[in-house]
Order: sequence, then structure tokens, then C-alpha cells
Amino acid sequence: MRDPGVVTGVAGPAPAADRPRGLAGDAWRDLRRSRTFWIAAVLVALFLVMAAFPALFTPADPRACTLDRQYDGPSGTAFFGYDFQGCDTYARTVYGARNSITVGILATLIAGVIGLVVGLAAGYLGGWADAVLSRVVDVVLGIPFLLGAIVLARRLSQNASDDGVLAVVLTLGLLGWTTAARVVRSSVISAKNQDYVAAARMLGAGPARLMMRHILPNSVAPFIVVLTVLLGANIATEATLSFLGIGLQGDAISWGIAINESGRFVRSAAAPLVWPSVFLALTVLAVIMLGDAIRDAFDPKLR
Amino acid sequence: MTEIRAETDVLPGVDRAAPLLEVTDLHVEFRTRYGVAHAVNGVNFRVSPGETLAILGESGCGKSVTAQAVMGILDSPPGHVTGGEVRYRGLDLLPLPEEQRRRVRANRIAMIFQDALSALNPVYTVGFQLGELFRVHRGMSRRDARKRAVELLDQVQIPLAKARIGDYPHQFSGGMRQRVMIAMALALDPEVLIADEPTTALDVTVQAQIMGLLAEQQRQRNMGLILITHDMGVVADVADRIAVMYAGKVVEEAPVHDIYARPAHPYTRALLESIPRLDHKGGQLNVIRGLPPALDAIPAGCPFHPRCDYAQDACRHDPPPPYAVAPGRTARCHFWREVVGDE
Amino acid sequence: MSDRADVVLETRGLVKHFRSKVGAVRAVDGVDLHLRRGETLGVVGESGCGKSTLAKLLVGLEKPTAGEIGVRGQNMAALTGGALRRARRHIQMVLQDPYTSLNPRMTVGDIVGEPFAIHPDVVPRRGRLRAVQDLLDTVGLSPDHANRYPHQFSGGQRQRIGIARALALKPEIIVCDEPVSALDVSIQAQVINLLEQLQDEFGLSYVFIAHDLSVVRHISDRVAVMYLGKIVEIGDDREIYEQPTHPYTQALLSAVPVPDPRLRGRRDQIVLSGDVPSPADPPSGCRFRTRCWKAREVCAEQEPALQIRDRSPHPSACHFAEVRDVLHSG
Repeated sequence: MRDPGVVTGVAGPAPAADRPRGLAGDAWRDLRRSRTFWIAAVLVALFLVMAAFPALFTPADPRACTLDRQYDGPSGTAFFGYDFQGCDTYARTVYGARNSITVGILATLIAGVIGLVVGLAAGYLGGWADAVLSRVVDVVLGIPFLLGAIVLARRLSQNASDDGVLAVVLTLGLLGWTTAARVVRSSVISAKNQDYVAAARMLGAGPARLMMRHILPNSVAPFIVVLTVLLGANIATEATLSFLGIGLQGDAISWGIAINESGRFVRSAAAPLVWPSVFLALTVLAVIMLGDAIRDAFDPKLR
Repeated sequence: MTEIRAETDVLPGVDRAAPLLEVTDLHVEFRTRYGVAHAVNGVNFRVSPGETLAILGESGCGKSVTAQAVMGILDSPPGHVTGGEVRYRGLDLLPLPEEQRRRVRANRIAMIFQDALSALNPVYTVGFQLGELFRVHRGMSRRDARKRAVELLDQVQIPLAKARIGDYPHQFSGGMRQRVMIAMALALDPEVLIADEPTTALDVTVQAQIMGLLAEQQRQRNMGLILITHDMGVVADVADRIAVMYAGKVVEEAPVHDIYARPAHPYTRALLESIPRLDHKGGQLNVIRGLPPALDAIPAGCPFHPRCDYAQDACRHDPPPPYAVAPGRTARCHFWREVVGDE
Repeated sequence: MSDRADVVLETRGLVKHFRSKVGAVRAVDGVDLHLRRGETLGVVGESGCGKSTLAKLLVGLEKPTAGEIGVRGQNMAALTGGALRRARRHIQMVLQDPYTSLNPRMTVGDIVGEPFAIHPDVVPRRGRLRAVQDLLDTVGLSPDHANRYPHQFSGGQRQRIGIARALALKPEIIVCDEPVSALDVSIQAQVINLLEQLQDEFGLSYVFIAHDLSVVRHISDRVAVMYLGKIVEIGDDREIYEQPTHPYTQALLSAVPVPDPRLRGRRDQIVLSGDVPSPADPPSGCRFRTRCWKAREVCAEQEPALQIRDRSPHPSACHFAEVRDVLHSG
């Protein structure tokens, strides 16, 4: 007879009860069985490889454009046809992955780290630290994004001779961390007031243990959601900055630039707009799915 | 009081000679993606004017769901009433269209809850919320409605009612908020008041005040009162009759004195023996082994049999019917004779 | 007073004020009490009386504004760092809400074993699994459940997990803050019996804080009644329940419904008017005087001390203390 008050989650073939398991182990066991996780992981891996080794995907040179081929249909390895400059749309989409994904991931990482640190400090320390940090968040949030981006990107790219990736990454990172900080702050505040944190403090647990074992695991879920959304937004915003001439410099290739440029000619040819958009959407979707799967795996209640 | 009796009296099917409120074979289930939870499985009871019926049970026994189904405020989905009747003065409320149901609910059957703060709207003053009832349902002018609101707050013994009418719910203490909610429930002179754990969140001294107020209002208005609670002390103090619920069924129903003196169902008996007493220091507490069943896996036969000291083979297969123990007294136990006989 | 050597916990002039917008909230305002070995001291009072703050002070979750907490001849209130962490071993706590007091993302094994991770010298690393399983067994749970998560257990079972965690460091004293008030009646009895059995087995001393006077009577040897941050009456269970001398105790007892319909209308009913005053602005003199039917001028001027009086054989903080049996009269 099963114990009626106990929800059978760990039922099934009785697990070896003697070996103690932890949350991470259980989460990994769970992830391995999740279809969402594998689909997302394969997609993410695919795009990462594309970003690292674009030549594996196409023999064509994305910069070999000739106006003779303007709007030509698919031919040979140019599966998606040619755009208004006569460039191979497929090749440009493949080569665009590197800049787009680099900008997306690095900018999101910077924003995530700043947001996490500020949010944790404000939420955990409270008091005047919270008051000061929250005001800083408000101020950064109050900067009109484009204005801030123009100033920052100009300033940052002045002494750089490269293609502007670093400037764009820093700009997006430094302006985009506020939502993450707010979300982390509020979930830390609610987690630190839980009774289990009091129980651990009573046992004599120090701040590091409270943070790593109790507060952080119970407040990262919304943070992960914010990050995955931010990643997509960053890839798209890079396009806007490049369009305004303050993003990627020279003849840089990225999905965002492609979307922006081909948007003007969509009546003549849709493919140069559609395909980079599809790649962008798939990347964002895969990352969001990955985030969801990981978040769910670390929530024992969903098992 | 010379109130204009509301339009429910002319509803076809209302017969003033019929019992005030009668619930027959009520079934409620919750359909979720994890399965079907059978929350209420054939509940019967009846309340007369001036009578207090206590529905007693532990969490998850279906007592609050029963009240919500009677009021017609069940969250649906996932909750569904799958059978039975709820008759107010002979009129079955369950098949009524929502519009008519709402009129009965506003005028005839009222309900108060455990948490007054979430039952009152935080952005309107208490006076406005009370007055609105009179204006909408009684067509009163703003001034008259306000006057009635003050009278009502006076009746529920809120000090300085006239001054407090402009206050917002959060400005009242817990006990005072409960009084405001009682005032709202009484505003349209209901004939039945359902009180769902009305004092559970309150301190004992405040609980005593609120229970006193409820009893007094019931006497003055000759209302039927259904008190839903887990507190056997409160029940002993105010109830006329008790229905004990377990796993969605009324397992025992009896006048209050009989049930405390000689329980006829093993669950009732075990409950009474498991509570510590204020008036003498007893020995070890009696324990009911195990846990109440999950509502999606209620045991076959008598739902209490896995935890019951009297259980025999029959209990595992045959669900006990409500045996008539005495006039006005039933128990769903095959062995009620042994239970009543045991000292 | 009996043998001092028997006393395992003692507070002297314990005060905790919280700063707030309306001024200092005097949550605990001068509490002296002691706890003997193997004894259960019940602390009762209504919400806002300071009993939960008292519990937090005793286990070091809050720092007192003033006063001393003596455990094993050390003043806990003055300790910091490692010394405080070591002193905590002697006094542990069972929290009220079994749903929020266990980290939902830790296995039960990790929760019960966390005390060993924080105090690594108590049990060597290799013996910890065994120790956790023993603890689970002690509180009536299957040792095989160590890999499960809290949400897979019922409220009563979760409270057992909380008790196992409190026992891990082999404390002498356990402070129980409303340990059964979130539980159903039939489950309450299981947990109360478990606490009693553990007390016998390990010679534990309990401070048992609750608002349910029946539960407190059942489990306590002595009872302290709190009102607005102060103890107003203290005595053994007979003295408090059969011969209460403070008007507040009497009112409190008379308000508790007794599960016996034969007593209906025959009990001494004292219905207090009004609400508890704000602890940020307590009345002068006796704090209960604003709701007391015995109050006279002296009550506003002079604060009554908690002491044995002519008509009170046990300590009572009322100028007009007098025995009145509210449970059995009528």
C-alpha cells in the first residue's frame, strides 16, 4: 500500500536509497530524460559550432558580392538566393552567427553578472546598501536607451581599431543589467525571509552557506528567465545599433545587420529578411527552452 | 424591520413551508491534470431557522468545498458539482441560471470567511462597500444607504461607527475587520449564514467576542447558521447539531450533546480523544494512526478503515450507509453499536 | 527557588526593542525566567505579546537590546563568532510552519545533516549518513526517505523532519515556537506525543511557546503568561490553570472554548473589551489596565512587579491579584 499522504514522485523502480543524492545530481538525472532539454541543447550546440567554424557550413565567401546577382533565386550552395547587393544570403546568414551570438552571449553575461551582484548585495544586505544600489538601478534605468548607447558606444569605440564587437558588448551589458538586478533583489528578499534561512542561521550557518545553499538556489529561477529573454533582445538590439552606425563597424556581418538592411527591400526579395530572422528566432527559442528545462530540473516540486 | 423583501420570494419554486436549506447527496470533484480529486462524495444536511449546524472536520475533508458549492462560488474549473441538490425553501439552486443564483446568494444565503482582509476590497472605504450593497440591491439613495451602513456597523459593535465609516479595511484590527465582514454578510438580511472558519485566524479573547456577536445576531434574526470549523471547543460552545466530515462524507451527524457524550463513529471518537484538555491535565494523547487519504485515492469501503481500531473485513469492501443511531442521529459505521457502547 | 545547579537556561532583564516609524516597538520588555533540566516551560499569550520574539532571542536569531541569556554559565547575548556558534549547539529550535521551515531544494538527508556540515566536529564525515538515518528513525520517519524532498511529505511528517534537525547537535534545550499550530488535530497529537517521548529519552528541556492554552497545559510543567512584552503571571500548571490570580490570565482562560457542551453557559465568561494596545506605545503603569475590570488609579501610576503577593501564592504582576477559578466555577 502506498502512503496516501506522500506524493509519489520518487516512486517507480525503487532507487538505491542508501546513496545520498543532492539537488544537482537529481537535476541532471532529470535533464537527461527531458526531450525539451535535448532539442534545445542540440540547437544551441549547432549554432555555437556555426559561430566558431562557419566554413564548415558553406564554401562560399559571404563578402563575395556582385550586383549582377541582385535578387537571384537559389542556386548551387546559395540555398537562400541573393540579396540586393548580390550577396549569398545563406553564406551571410551562416557567417552572421559569429557576431550575433558573440554579442548576445557576452553582453548577456556582463549584464547577468552585474545584475546578479547588485541584486544579491541589495537584497541580502538591505538597509542603506539596498537604498543606494536601488537608486543606482533607477538612474541607469532612467537613461534613455538610445541616448546612452550612442554616448557609450562612441566613447568605447574611439580607442578601438577592431570591428566594434567589444564596444557593442560593453554598451549592451552596461545598460541592460537593471531588470536582472531588480528581479534578483526581490527574489533574494523573499527567500532570505523564509523560515528555512532562519533555521540555518540558528544552526550557526555563515553568510556564504546561507547564500549558496539556501538563498541562491531558491531565487535563481526568475533570473534565468530574465537572462534568456535578454539574450534575444541583445542580439536584436545589436542590429539597431549597427543600423545607426554605432554598432558593428566596417563591413561586419551579423543577423541584425542583415535583417535591418533587407527590411527596406522586402518587397523585392523576402528571403534575405526571412532567413536571418529564422536563425535569430531559433537561437533565442533554443536558449529559452534550455533555460526553462534547467530551471524546472532544479525545482524538486515539479518532479 | 420593514425591509422590502427581495424579488426571490416570487421566484417560482420557492415554498415558504419547505425546509430553509437542505443539501442532498452533494458531489463535487476537482479535475486537474494530475487526476480527479473527489472532494465531496454525497453530503446530506439540513438547516432550520434559528439553528446552528456545525460542519466539523480536518483540512481536506471537504467542508469548505461543500460550503462553496452551496454558495455557488466554487472555482470552476477545476471544481465541478457532479450531483445532488441544494434546496433553499424547496427550490433547487444548482440548475438555476447564474443571474438568479446571484440574487439568492445576495439576499438569502450569505457567507463569511476566515480571512477578512482578502474578502474586503482594499481600495474602497468600508462605508462605501456596505452602502453599495443597499444601493444595488435595495435601490436606496446614497444618503439612506450610508445611514443603514452606520446602523449595521453599530449592530456588529464597532465603536464610533459613524466616524469609522470612511476608513479602509486595512485600518481596522483583525477582530474589527471580521466584524465588518459580518456586517456585510448581514446587510441584506440573509436567512442562512455560512461561516467558514470565522475565528481561526483570531486570538482567543477576540474569538470569544466574535462568536458572541454571531450568536447574538443569529438569535435576533432567527437565522440558520452553518459553522464550518475544525475546532471542537468552539463547536461545543455554539452548535445545536454537528456533522462530522471525513474524506468528503458526513460520517456522523447528531445533536451536540450526544456526539460529545457518546460518539457513534470511530473517527469522531478518536478526534475527541486526541485533543488536549484545558480543564484537566490528561495522560498521553490518543493518536489516530496514519494520515487522512488523498482525495484522488480514497480507500474503498469505509474511507476511514485503514486508520480505524474497529475495522473488520466488511469495512474494506462495503461503504457503510448512514445508519440511524437514534432519531435525528446517523453514523456511517457498520459497528456503531460497539462504538457507542464502549466507554 | 530550587537547586541552582538544575537550571539550564536563565534570562535576566531580557529586552528587545525594534525600531519602527512610530517609535520603538517594545516586543520583549524585561523578561526574567529560568528553565530546569528536563522541564517544559510553556509560554502563552496572544499575538503581539512578544512570545515569538522571545523565542528568537533565546536561540540567538535576534540580538537582545539589553539583558542576559545564560546557558551553561555563559551569557549567549554577549557571544559572537565561533563561541556563539559553539554555544548554539546547546539550544535549538523547532519552528512553527513545517511548510516554510524546510528548504524546498534540499533533500531531507541534506536538511537533517546540515547541522553536521556546519559543526563538522560533531560527527566525522563518514558517520554522517548513518547519523542522519538514525535521526530520521528517532522521529518516526523511514531512514530510506533521506533522498526525498520536503514537498513529498505531509505537514506532520515535515514537522518531524524539523524536529530531527533540531536534535542533530544533541542540544540540552529545545525552543518550540508554535510547533503544532499549523497541524490538524489528529496530527497534533502525534507530534506532541513525539516531543514528550523525546524529552524522556534524551532528558531534554523545552521552552514551549504557543497560543493554544490546552496544548500548553498538556505538555508543560510550568507556564508563563505574556502580555505586551512582559510576563504577567508564572507558575506550575495547577497554579496557572486552577488558581490564576492575574486578570489577564483569567480572561484568557475563560475565553478558551472547552470541548464539552455541558459547560455551555455555565462557565465563568470574562469577555474583554477592545484590542491589545500597540507595543510601540504601551499604557503607563500596568499594561493590561486599559482592558481590565479591576483597574484603579494606582494601576496607571505604578507598574506591578511580578512577585508572590498576599492573595497570590505564585508570582503575579497585578496590584489586585486574587485567585479565581474560571474553569470549574458555575
